[in-house]
Amino acid sequence: MKALPALILLLASLAGHAETPPQIGKIYVTEAAAQQAGFAPSAKRGEAFFRQRFAHNDKMPACTSCHTDSPLNAGQHAVTGKAIRPLAVAANGERFSDPAKVEKWFGRNCKEVVGRTCTPGEKADFVTYLSEVR
Amino acid sequence: MKRIALSLLLGVALPALADRLPLPANTPASYTAECGSCHLAYPPALLAAGDWQRLMAGLNDHFGTDAAVDGKKGAEIKSFLERHAGNAAKLGNAGNPPRISTTARFVSKHDEVPAKLWRDPRVKSAANCEACHRGAANGNFSEHDLALPALKR
Repeated sequence: MKALPALILLLASLAGHAETPPQIGKIYVTEAAAQQAGFAPSAKRGEAFFRQRFAHNDKMPACTSCHTDSPLNAGQHAVTGKAIRPLAVAANGERFSDPAKVEKWFGRNCKEVVGRTCTPGEKADFVTYLSEVR
Repeated sequence: MKRIALSLLLGVALPALADRLPLPANTPASYTAECGSCHLAYPPALLAAGDWQRLMAGLNDHFGTDAAVDGKKGAEIKSFLERHAGNAAKLGNAGNPPRISTTARFVSKHDEVPAKLWRDPRVKSAANCEACHRGAANGNFSEHDLALPALKR
């Protein structure tokens, strides 16, 4: 009987792949620590990355090009104009809950805005910042 | 007499029908997730099958963006778009790469929209249907239900 809650939790996680932002952050922290011993994620570095302008794409030089200067705000796609829901977990509870979706958008947006794939450390910092920002 | 009444009725009803373009009931989730994240999940009837094929073949450079979709999802989206594509003769040439906003149908439907409005930062692009057609996500493209007055202010 004691095993029942654990079993339910296991089944639920298998069914939906739903995870929490800290769980997703941890995946990247583990990856980063494998490359760099003692890696600790930093919301401050994550914020700096969010605001950094990259000399790669004129139409969207930074995360802020679409997500605005505050990740708590709704954004707008810099090219198509489509509305984008806030990136910060505090303003949009659906963020960083699906590992495959998070990885897909890091893949697309890092390539398009940064001009390369992002490192596990950058991803860990980014998730940490957006999970904590209020 | 009955036939005249029917054709009159159709004449009234058809233009209204053309403004209702809801996504088909069997729209795969991959279409709304992959295509509807950066722009409206456009009604497939707005491009002809051949244009959708050309578009899907060039997703790695999709108007300057890498919008590549993995094999299984890509095939699902492509077959959905082909199945529900519009009539090429009625739509007109979409250009290459194909754009909905290049088709004669789109151009004639929007010929009264002032150039200034297209450049408005709230509109940004002809890709942004919802800037004016507030109900576009639900398939409502009626010209009687536009946000133009608010945008003109």
